[in-house]
Amino acid sequence: MSPVPCRILSVKQELQDTYTLEIEPPRDDWSFLPGQYTMLYAFGIGEVPISISGDPSDPTKIVQTIRAVGAVTDALVGLKQGDFVGVRGPFGTDWDTSVAEGRDVLIIAGGVGLAPLRPVVFDVLNHRDRYANVTLMYGSRSPGELLFASQISEWRGRFDLEVLVTVDHGDDAWRGPVGVVTSLIGRSSFDGETALAYVCGPEVMMRFTIQALERKGLTNDRLYVSMERNMKCGIGLCGHCQLERFFVCKDGPVMTCAQMAESCWIREV
Amino acid sequence: MKESRVIDREGVDALIQVLIDRGYEVVGPTVRGQTILYDSITSTEDLPVGLRDRQEAGTYRLEERGDGALFGYVVGPQSFRRFTTPPGAVFWKGVRSNDGFETVEPEEPPKYAFFGARPCEVAALKIQDDVYFTAGDSLYTERRNRSFTVAVNCTEPAPTCFCDSLGTGPGVSEGYDIALTEVIDGDRHIFLAEAGSAEGSDVLSRLTDREALDEELVNAHRMVVRAADHMGRYLDTDGLKEVLQSNLENPYWDEIAKRCLSCTNCTLVCPTCFCSSIEDHLSLDGLEAERIRTWDSCFTLEFSYVNGGPVRPSTGPRYRQWLNHKLASWQDQFGSIGCVGCGRCITWCPVGIDITKEAAVIRERDVRRVAVGTPSVREAGE
Amino acid sequence: MSEVFDVVRDQPFFAGMTEEQIRAVAETARLVSFDEGGVIFVEGGPARRAYLILDGDVALSLRTQEHGAKTIQTLHRGDFVGWSWMYPPYRWSFDANVQSEVTAVQFDGPQLKKISLADPELGYELLKRFTEVIVTRMQALRIQLLDVYSTFR
Repeated sequence: MSPVPCRILSVKQELQDTYTLEIEPPRDDWSFLPGQYTMLYAFGIGEVPISISGDPSDPTKIVQTIRAVGAVTDALVGLKQGDFVGVRGPFGTDWDTSVAEGRDVLIIAGGVGLAPLRPVVFDVLNHRDRYANVTLMYGSRSPGELLFASQISEWRGRFDLEVLVTVDHGDDAWRGPVGVVTSLIGRSSFDGETALAYVCGPEVMMRFTIQALERKGLTNDRLYVSMERNMKCGIGLCGHCQLERFFVCKDGPVMTCAQMAESCWIREV
Repeated sequence: MKESRVIDREGVDALIQVLIDRGYEVVGPTVRGQTILYDSITSTEDLPVGLRDRQEAGTYRLEERGDGALFGYVVGPQSFRRFTTPPGAVFWKGVRSNDGFETVEPEEPPKYAFFGARPCEVAALKIQDDVYFTAGDSLYTERRNRSFTVAVNCTEPAPTCFCDSLGTGPGVSEGYDIALTEVIDGDRHIFLAEAGSAEGSDVLSRLTDREALDEELVNAHRMVVRAADHMGRYLDTDGLKEVLQSNLENPYWDEIAKRCLSCTNCTLVCPTCFCSSIEDHLSLDGLEAERIRTWDSCFTLEFSYVNGGPVRPSTGPRYRQWLNHKLASWQDQFGSIGCVGCGRCITWCPVGIDITKEAAVIRERDVRRVAVGTPSVREAGE
Repeated sequence: MSEVFDVVRDQPFFAGMTEEQIRAVAETARLVSFDEGGVIFVEGGPARRAYLILDGDVALSLRTQEHGAKTIQTLHRGDFVGWSWMYPPYRWSFDANVQSEVTAVQFDGPQLKKISLADPELGYELLKRFTEVIVTRMQALRIQLLDVYSTFR
């Protein structure tokens, strides 16, 4: 349970309150699977779970995207290149791509949920010939709050990836879709009987997205979500992250809807 | 029956001394503030001699027994987890260095001898072993691995006890180093002592004792068995997990919520609860950091806090979380039920909520069998 | 005429209706197109037509004092645009502008109502489909209202 001090390689501001840190890995054989997170420790302030948002094929740095919402995350985003941050991990379950081979893959992100999904986009593109049609659907609050905007532009230029982006509130310059991310589902053609979806975003957005996908023929076992709960230890010890019988920190955060069953969507479970 | 020896009160004093001589801090029941709490003891004088506890839902009183019994009570509001996972323990310490910071190796924790551990407590330690060994927590394992357990079999259960329902008492069968059974018969005041481990055998061999007579063995055994028939509460565990997990939307949880104060007493007194939180401390000069582990409770509003607010803002779902975890999902997580039937949560609940009763009501009002309507819905014409 | 019929029959929106019913509906319709930047209808204008988008994007917007014209939703292929032709005062409640070149089936509102009155079963089938779309869209708008991506401090 000891955090390992790791050097910050770079800090980049993505949005007003969101930053991406690149961190030197704690050990030589560092690797992670898309969907996993680390526990980052700001010396003397506290420790928080942060999703890894980088390319899993690059083990030379840990890329983590942090939204500043409290004392610890404020401290983390205030660090500079050369500073140290404590790292434990990686923890948690991953976006299992082994079951997606030969299928249409839908990657659906809401808001900052794009951060834990970006590694699976990288992973799928790194092995593009394994999959059929690949679509990224991304919904954000407004055009000014699109995460990884330049990365998205880069992806739009590819012919082997369909990129659909919508916002809840448009602005004068926005010429793209306006409306919830579920409205993008109708714009993409995919085989609902065999396609697989990885969904991450606010829980209410995930619930509605799942309903919309189910109407298109996706079954529970092909719907992956990343659940969020209060994670303090990462190892199933402190009890805070429990979601019905699951410890989200180690049985999740990525889970299939089949695994979770109805009980996980019940009011205040 | 295992090989039993017989010792007297002096023998118990000698036992405590042998443990102290072996470097153990002996912690056992003592009287403080009109309750029985665990603290360091050095002789039988420190024990609640001649006292009995009167326990019922929301009630705890001590009274004189009129004899010299050393163990004439059951359990108080504490369990030995206050030693295995001490609230406020520093579980990580670091100092700033040129390479960020360095971990400071923790001091060696004390060796504890848990003296007077009831069978429910011994069972609770085993349950906590599953939790902490699975997570790989050194704070717990360091203390637990160095501990010695002197168990005491129960012959007079409290009205709030229901260990028999969970198979965790009233007698111990494993997980102890020495087990004592106190027998007072007229003038005779003896303790049957049996070893449950090699170290237990070794300790016993240092005491002046005699072999137990057959009738003494039979009598002591009978007292423990009889205790099983005098349990004050009963928990029907048959199919309980399935019932509870199918009733997450039962409106009864909100009815309990009208009584529950969310005071967290039940989680504090429970010997198996393990939820913890972490406090971070930084020295004024910013050079030394400590991470402190505190006890936490799923009943607090902040417990389930995520960005945007708590996942369980209402009391009903928080009570549901506790009861379901204890009796149902614990089984999914650790392969056994999380409750040992010690009854502390019943005694120490200020409004007397009874876990055995609430589980029974949910079973009775199983939504799969009984038509559900919220209490405020009435059929037209009613 | 038959071209309109073929197009209407192929639309998933009308799936499950009889050929006769679809023919009656198609007779109230014609194929139209709008250039990018064009206006389909304006807020307050007379609402006599319903549009089913075949291709392209339509932006629904409201004119506000503080923010000028605000796009509240965009619709695309397969979406129906406009319900105000169904109820008095038969006035559009928002602007509908063309975001990218649109081809659509345009239905005559009053005629749709006439054939529905004449054939209640047909009317029911149409209303069933319209209400499903309205409900789905309302649920989506509720989520939009929740502003779920905001940070809470």
